[in-house]
Amino acid sequence: MLRITDLVKRYAGGDPVLKNLDLTVEGESVVSIIGSSGAGKSTLLRCINKLVEPSSGSIVLNGMELTTLKGRKLREARRKIGMVFQGFNLVDRLTVMENVQSGRLGYISTWSAISRRYPKQDIRRAYELMERVGIAHYADKRADELSGGERQRVGVVRALMQEPEILLADEPTASLDPKTSEQIMQLLRDLARELSLPVLINIHNVAEARQYTDRIVGMRYGRIIFDGPPAELDETAMDRIYSGSPAADRASPQPEPVS
Amino acid sequence: MSATRDSWRKPPMIANPVLRWVTILGIFAYILWSVATLPIDWQRVAEGLVRAQRIFSGAIPPSFERSGLLIDGFLESLKIAILATFGGVLLSIPIAFMAAGNIAPRPIFYLGRAIIILARSFHPVIVAIIFVKAVGFGPLAGVLTLIIYSIGFVAKMLAERIEEIDFGQVEAMRAAGASFLPTLFYAIFPQILPRQIGLTIYQLDSNLRASAVVGIVGAGGIGATLANAFGRYDYDFALAITMVIIGVILISEAVSGQIRKRI
Amino acid sequence: MSLPDMDRDDWSRFTTRQRLTRYGSLIVTLLVIAWSVSSIDVIWAWVWDAPSQMGDLLARMFPPDPRNLPNILQVLWETVNIATIATFFAVLISLPVAYLAARNTTPNLATLWLGRFILVSSRSINTIIWALLFVAIFGPGVVAGIVAIMFRSVGFIGKLLGEAIEEIDRRPVEALEATGASRLKVIVYAIVPQVMPTFWAVSILRWDINLRESTVLGLVGAGGIGIILQGAIDTFNWPEVAMVLLAILALVILGEIASAMIRRRIL
Repeated sequence: MLRITDLVKRYAGGDPVLKNLDLTVEGESVVSIIGSSGAGKSTLLRCINKLVEPSSGSIVLNGMELTTLKGRKLREARRKIGMVFQGFNLVDRLTVMENVQSGRLGYISTWSAISRRYPKQDIRRAYELMERVGIAHYADKRADELSGGERQRVGVVRALMQEPEILLADEPTASLDPKTSEQIMQLLRDLARELSLPVLINIHNVAEARQYTDRIVGMRYGRIIFDGPPAELDETAMDRIYSGSPAADRASPQPEPVS
Repeated sequence: MSATRDSWRKPPMIANPVLRWVTILGIFAYILWSVATLPIDWQRVAEGLVRAQRIFSGAIPPSFERSGLLIDGFLESLKIAILATFGGVLLSIPIAFMAAGNIAPRPIFYLGRAIIILARSFHPVIVAIIFVKAVGFGPLAGVLTLIIYSIGFVAKMLAERIEEIDFGQVEAMRAAGASFLPTLFYAIFPQILPRQIGLTIYQLDSNLRASAVVGIVGAGGIGATLANAFGRYDYDFALAITMVIIGVILISEAVSGQIRKRI
Repeated sequence: MSLPDMDRDDWSRFTTRQRLTRYGSLIVTLLVIAWSVSSIDVIWAWVWDAPSQMGDLLARMFPPDPRNLPNILQVLWETVNIATIATFFAVLISLPVAYLAARNTTPNLATLWLGRFILVSSRSINTIIWALLFVAIFGPGVVAGIVAIMFRSVGFIGKLLGEAIEEIDRRPVEALEATGASRLKVIVYAIVPQVMPTFWAVSILRWDINLRESTVLGLVGAGGIGIILQGAIDTFNWPEVAMVLLAILALVILGEIASAMIRRRIL
């Protein structure tokens, strides 16, 4: 279970990007977060694994408080949080297998990381997952030889190699064409079921959010203003999420740090 | 494909195992053998630490007592660099045209390229020592050396620029009935001039650096002062000279970078 | 080709101010050259005599004397080894220095300045000046030459590598930090692979440069072919000088061909 309470993120000198935000994700649901650019979706996700340092508030994952962690403890907590990125964030010049195994870097010894001698069970798991998403035959190819959809599959497998307790996906389909992006959404949904894994997805595409997720969270300028099943997301709710201007909220939005 | 595979090796850079091992062993054998066969007097090297200590204790603090000598040496280096840049750039222009494949007829093209390769291949210190023998010690040998050095770089870059020019302009001039020289001045020079000025300033900077070095073998300038200081074990003066050389090089690099950015 | 595209319009090419700047620069340039010509310590008679002196020297070099060729080739090979070994060690040393000198990997501000200081002092002192120092320390011989080339190369390689590290794609780094990987593992997996192409290109380029530099070390006593050259010059054995020069020319051209080939194979 992921429980976020009273989370605030404020970049130096600006108005807060996240304003006293509360969110609880229970069980194995696929949750999508929608909202216009600058709503703070990306910052929210990055606060969870502390790629962005929260200003105040609490984030508890399965009983562990994350916001206060540092150093080794933080790295151990990050192993349990998988993340999939909009730009895939693969290391282009490494092989697919090395990219996939880099999801295990928090577990394996420095020597086996440098010498590329991965533990047998990790290799078996990698092949199983790659087989599952249909990229096993690319194991020896360099990551930059793959198409966008295939690269995102590598990104998903890398995150799953961590044996995560939660999967974060930051606009996982925004760099893909419509057909591939539906495949990736379907894949994330299926994997969530198969692995009993809660998944938190930032997404621009509302139609995909409705179709592939169990619960939709609508954000506007650092606040959650909608939270419910796709069926409840009606015209009025959509208007509240996407209309309006920062001035109307009496706060100027910060651009998202990374997109 | 079976899902139970549990071994994986990174594909090696050289796929053929025989070739791979031969390459690896070859490199190791080369390093071992070359270190073993180099004529090294280890005992003399071992004394180095003591000597280094003596040199550095003799060098600190640096002595600026003979700053007159220092300034004279630098001014001479500067003059050498300026004259060599002027002469080198002037000579580079015809050589670059000779070495531009799109303008020069074949035999002249090969001659131009040969001059550039010759000028580039020899380290300025070697050229300097030859000139010192031919024309005697002093700045003249330095200027001649750095003229050759400048040709090697400026003519090469310029020739490449000429090969990239837009021939539409040349054809336009020819179509208008212009003869060779006006074509050169109106269609080719305007296209290469900005590059030429940038190259000249860059080369002035390089020549100033190099002039400190060629002096060590007798071709004038601050290098000669430095070599003398070293020869007389005046390590404190040598350190002072070296510090000033570093300072001047940093300033000259910054200035030349600024000017080139503005153009 | 149809109508020529002459897009220049010379009549309005420069504003008055531009024109003044141009003439100003020209005048300053001419004055500086005039100052140099008038004050340089040169006996002008020698200048007019220089072409004939050079011609005379070249004539005495001809024909090159190949009798000492086996010895020359052996020392030439030694010269190659000096350049290669020095490049090898310089590359090893420049890796941590580049790590310190890159803004995005250096541990703190003090290490950043330490890295930059090493690079600047290494780069600003020419190989020959380093060689003078190390000949004084280690005595004449190849060790001084190797160390001198190393000291100069560290700055060159380290600067270019450091710039490459600063220009890497941040995103894979972020992704691997998110997996809980330690700093060292992030470097090995996300930074090293991105810097590899630059690493090889710079190492090969520097080897090519060092090949040239190693040919002159001998002139200050730091080993290699320069010693034979110096010996032949001191004894006025011009045909042998010519032979050595030809050998150096061949070496440098072969080195350029070899480095171009290796570059194509690896990159």
